[in-house]
Amino acid sequence: MSFPAPKPEGPQIPQHLLWTLDSQQGPVRAVRFNADGNYFLSCGADKSLKLWSASKGTLLKTYSGHGYEVLDADSSFDNSQICSCSSDKSVILWDVASGQVTRKLRGHAGKVNCVQFNEEGTVMLSGSIDGTVRCWDVRSRRNEPIQILDEARDGISSLKVAQHELLTGSVDGRVRRYDLRMGQLHVDFLSSPITCVCFSADGQCTLSSSLDSTLRLLDKSSGEMLGEYKGHTMKGYKLDCCLSSKDTHVLSCSEDGHVYCWDLVEGSLSLKLPVGKAVVQSLSFHPSECRLLTAMEGRVQLWANEPETEETDT
Amino acid sequence: NMAADSDKEGTDFVSFGTPLEPLDEDEPLKKPVPIYEQTVKDEKGRYQRFHGAFTGGFSAGYFNTVGSKEGWSPATFKSSRESKAENQKARGPEDFMDEEDFGEHGIAPSEITRSAEFQSGHKDAATAKARAVNAQSSLIPGDTLLEEIIAPAESSIGVELLKTMGWREGQGIGPRVKRKPKKQRPEEGPRVYGCSRPPAGSESSEEDDGEFAPQNVTFAPKDVTPFDFTPHLGLQGLGYRGLDPGLALGQSAEHINLFDPQLDIKTKLFGGKQKHTRHRGVAGQGFGVGAMEDEDEDIYQRDSMSKYDIEIKDEEPGDGLFGWTALRNSNKDASYIGKILEGFTLAQKTVIFPPPRLPRDYRPVRRFNPGTFVSHVSGVSPALAQPQTGGRHQLDSGQRRALIGEEALQGPSSVMDLLRPEDRERLRNIRHSRHGSSSSSRSSSSSLPPKKESGQTAAQTFKPFENNPEKQERYEQYLNCLKQGDTDALEESLDSEMTEWERSREREEFVRASILYRPSSSFLSSRFTRSKQQDDDDTVEVNRDEERDLDDKQTAVKMKMFGQLTRETFEWHPDKVLCKRFNVPDPFPGTSVVGLPKVKRDKFSVFNFLIVPESKETSGNGYFCLHWWAEIQIPRDETKHEIESTRTRRDEILT
Repeated sequence: MSFPAPKPEGPQIPQHLLWTLDSQQGPVRAVRFNADGNYFLSCGADKSLKLWSASKGTLLKTYSGHGYEVLDADSSFDNSQICSCSSDKSVILWDVASGQVTRKLRGHAGKVNCVQFNEEGTVMLSGSIDGTVRCWDVRSRRNEPIQILDEARDGISSLKVAQHELLTGSVDGRVRRYDLRMGQLHVDFLSSPITCVCFSADGQCTLSSSLDSTLRLLDKSSGEMLGEYKGHTMKGYKLDCCLSSKDTHVLSCSEDGHVYCWDLVEGSLSLKLPVGKAVVQSLSFHPSECRLLTAMEGRVQLWANEPETEETDT
Repeated sequence: NMAADSDKEGTDFVSFGTPLEPLDEDEPLKKPVPIYEQTVKDEKGRYQRFHGAFTGGFSAGYFNTVGSKEGWSPATFKSSRESKAENQKARGPEDFMDEEDFGEHGIAPSEITRSAEFQSGHKDAATAKARAVNAQSSLIPGDTLLEEIIAPAESSIGVELLKTMGWREGQGIGPRVKRKPKKQRPEEGPRVYGCSRPPAGSESSEEDDGEFAPQNVTFAPKDVTPFDFTPHLGLQGLGYRGLDPGLALGQSAEHINLFDPQLDIKTKLFGGKQKHTRHRGVAGQGFGVGAMEDEDEDIYQRDSMSKYDIEIKDEEPGDGLFGWTALRNSNKDASYIGKILEGFTLAQKTVIFPPPRLPRDYRPVRRFNPGTFVSHVSGVSPALAQPQTGGRHQLDSGQRRALIGEEALQGPSSVMDLLRPEDRERLRNIRHSRHGSSSSSRSSSSSLPPKKESGQTAAQTFKPFENNPEKQERYEQYLNCLKQGDTDALEESLDSEMTEWERSREREEFVRASILYRPSSSFLSSRFTRSKQQDDDDTVEVNRDEERDLDDKQTAVKMKMFGQLTRETFEWHPDKVLCKRFNVPDPFPGTSVVGLPKVKRDKFSVFNFLIVPESKETSGNGYFCLHWWAEIQIPRDETKHEIESTRTRRDEILT
């Protein structure tokens, strides 16, 4: 008796477009999968935040309350709360089901570029163009942040939170990693303004993209560069980058209308997704599967490694 | 928290009304009084019936029956020829009154008041006559000195003055008028029941004469209707006055006899006094009208002769009101009703003043002549170039004189000049002997220190010509001369070696600098205050651990040598709450520092200019370089130790 040979898996890169939708929000500033990947959020320039179903791209709810463009959003692990930040210098905590504003936190001196929940959903961390990262307490009703991190000398463009670490990328060219457990701050100097930072899934590396059209993979503990990825265009806009769910590939937006996908280990370009003609502003990788959301102007697209026909069978 | 939030709003309460009395637990509970027991009884226990409006009324007899508790028993008739005289003793009305009538609401309230002769202004005929007789026979005939000295001080001095000028009570004040006012009271209008009118002061019934022959006699004007300011304290309606016993008992000028019939108001057809008999018994205010009688007269009204016309003629125009109450809007123009302020009327003649005529070349713009410096205005410059020390209200006359360029008044400047020379000498000797020789030395030395001081203060704060010490010296000299009021300060302080052009330039520069220069004691600086935060001026808080020099890192990045060269690690303290939220133990439980630890450094210390030499890992040569705000490098060895120590610690934790 021999077992059937395992089906050869295709390349695990999201090369097939499953659907396209028009968000009706004006330019979409950010798309974010939720914790389990069944929903995603789109942050629009029309001050609205929309919750969609990821399978078909159906609109579920619209959240209005910001005074200006919504720049980033994140959902809590239990899908009960959403936090979003905006150019109106505020961070809003939403209740998902009712759509009501639970908290509106003001304190930043300029537009807030990035926001994220911590793993347990008890703290919201936001980074702003004023150079500070503010940690807001979700549990208490205080309007003041728990702590303000103002070590950056220029605006914070991106931040990511892991279990006990906070990674921030700043326009002053430095990636700062705050280790809460060890009580340390690690500063990596990259000289060029940072546009996006992210952790790797295994927690050993950090990826950062900067305005010299380069992505760098750095070792978390030593700060040494493990890989450099070039070929895309990132010269003036804050565009997203990410790692695939299994840390096999590095993906980045580009100003030439494509999404570039490199092999992490080799550094060679694996895929160049033709998203459109305009700047691809944001992307988000599914937490577990090989799916990618991209946002360009008002359009959001979902890409998968297998075409749609196969998906519907399962 | 929610509870905390609710406390923030309005914690101060305003209470209205009277609070309930505190409940005394020990006392037995008082049963509430039922409605049927809430009755009014007078002192005899009789139910009160309120015959008059809110007067409390009076009960008729004993429980509305005439008689007593024992029943009515007629007085036994007792006649006797002998004791006739007893029966005929005069009985005043008081004999027929009971204690109710003497009570507060009765018709003859027995309260203690001033008797007539002691009432101010009362003109008792008898005493007046006595006074007049006394006046004739006193020291100064016709002058009642003693009475005036010992007169009760009830009337004010104003009243006394008026009286001496011929005024009498009840008259108005002002030029005398021809016609005697007839209508003292306004028209009756609708009858008012229950409340009596306030006693009108304009009752000039004293002047009332039956005969009125001479036509060219002037009379005092009508008095102003007085406004009654007595507060209403009782439970009756506004303006209520109790029964006026004066009327009932004949104290008014017109004697109203209780038993005599009242005058009939209505008739005007007859001249002279009218006395119509009232077909009633006892009349007066205290007695009401029975149910069977109908009354079509105003029975609560009082009467006065001035209500009656002496002659048949037309009505007097106007409503007869004067003074305060007469102020009505007698507007001709109905459209202004409601728009004109109280107490104002339309003007008869409106005068419109034209706007001022402007000269032809007038431009409503004020232009300052930029070229005119203060110094060029003669006589004004030295004083105005001075910085104002206390503001313009602290100037004395001498300073003000200097500012506006006036000359001092000619005259002796010191009182010493007025003295004779020998007195002057004497004073001087006295002064010198007291102070001794110290005064002379003090005076000589006093001139030097202030000069030096002022120069120093000037130098300390503002040195416009730092680069040129000679010029700076000259400038300071110029300032000193200015302070002392020399008008030739400019000329004196100039350098003789300079050319004419240089001199003029320096002149202008000095003037400009002197105007700009403001010492710290000027009132402009008094508008500013030091910031509260700064404890010490010389130190500043900086991060304890500073980053390395940028250039190294830049070159490392260019060479793509990431790692040691590009990475730095600092000790960073997370907030305790943040650690709690992240479910992470606090790495620094002892300290309360949050964020990067900070230290105080001198602002201008030399250590800010230095960089500690590099460690052996890099090029190996130490080097110094001067920077503003340069970063201080922590010794490389330490960081390396730190990283390694943390690494070992982490490994310990993970394993």
